[in-house]
Amino acid sequence: MLDKRVSSLADAVAGIHDGATILIGGFGNAGVPVELIHALIDHGARNLTVVANNAGVGRSDLARLMAMGRVRKIVCSYPRSKGSVVFEELYAARRIELELVPQGTLSERMRAAAAGLGGFYTPTAAGTKLAEGKEIRHLNGRDYVFEAPLKGDVALIMAERADRWGNLTYRLTARNFAPTMAAAADTTIVQAREIVELGAIDPEAVVTPGIFVDRLIHVPNPAPAGV
Amino acid sequence: MAPLSRDQIAARAARDIPDGAYVNLGIGLPTLVANYVPPGREVIYHSENGILGMGPAPPPGRENPDLINASKQHVTLAPGAAIFHHTDAFVMMRGGHIEYALLGGMQVSMTGDLANWSTDDETFPPAVGGAMDLAAGAKNIWVLMEHTARDGAPKILERCTYPLTAPAVVSRIYTNLAVIDVTAEGLVVREMAPGLDLAALQGKTGAPLRLANDWRPLTV
Repeated sequence: MLDKRVSSLADAVAGIHDGATILIGGFGNAGVPVELIHALIDHGARNLTVVANNAGVGRSDLARLMAMGRVRKIVCSYPRSKGSVVFEELYAARRIELELVPQGTLSERMRAAAAGLGGFYTPTAAGTKLAEGKEIRHLNGRDYVFEAPLKGDVALIMAERADRWGNLTYRLTARNFAPTMAAAADTTIVQAREIVELGAIDPEAVVTPGIFVDRLIHVPNPAPAGV
Repeated sequence: MAPLSRDQIAARAARDIPDGAYVNLGIGLPTLVANYVPPGREVIYHSENGILGMGPAPPPGRENPDLINASKQHVTLAPGAAIFHHTDAFVMMRGGHIEYALLGGMQVSMTGDLANWSTDDETFPPAVGGAMDLAAGAKNIWVLMEHTARDGAPKILERCTYPLTAPAVVSRIYTNLAVIDVTAEGLVVREMAPGLDLAALQGKTGAPLRLANDWRPLTV
């Protein structure tokens, strides 16, 4: 029997190793897997590379993980959100490395990893300083920048509804990066508001097919992010 | 001379959005455009965090924390809206499916180079978000901005001095003083604020301007 449910948040994040690359879902405060981030904080893994669109807000969740000195590097499109105080302090003190990636390139690099591709050429950032040092190809009359795949050892994401096979649906814009991240990591760990019987999710409505999910933990009332 | 207010710049640009268009509005001044689309036109708004058919802000007390726009503000869905994930949102942007991107600008060059993401100030960490993807991929890029910076320095230049968002992408500029097309022959003034002449406008602009034969007064 295929059952991806685990019984505790500690079990959900067990085995995450020091130096791991962690993909963390969320855009703004929507879709941030707050309880899984707290579990990662308690778990203790260090020297992490975090891939997330934003670099944490306030002093909780991802910001707290960074403030504890556990994040070596962040790969991010918009680290300077209102209230990203911890990141700004660490950045000013040169205690965290930033890889700034345009948002669509960030997402497509993870998709390329998920799809088993060796990279792709994108017009985004061609002719700008974010393309400096990268391979440029002139195709069909314009310049394209080569971008490498971005794979996670682990993805932490939040879903609205799940079944024990790991089929997932999301809620509105809390979906954001989660479907791409789920497919782009070796171990995808999901916190779901609701876990339902097999067959209860309309197959036409499944957003993330269960093959991309490894562990599932039921978190019925997730705490809001960024507070 | 009667320069346009920010709302009037937005209203002027809104007049040019055709019925049935797929549109992405950048943060700041461009978000005001949605308030001024002429009645009877259906415009489908895209948000890069996964919405087509975005509606206005909800009334107080009806905010849904899972329904936000790219500026992380609470929004609603219009009837007919669709939700999708980030990678698809950027397929729409980079792949040329978004017909009009109305963006704010720090600087625009006479060849349509756009600078709107960084002033190269080393004291702040850089942040780019979706600006470069949208600038590289949307079919028509219109910039809405004040004609000059707060200190009076021109924002329309021969070459941008701030880091580029994308080269040669802007086709039209709406400012508080003029509507200007970026053409292969240079910048062409289509409309000018009443009371302004080309010499005065040129004095506030860092690149050569040419007046269209059929230019009109800029009114809302």
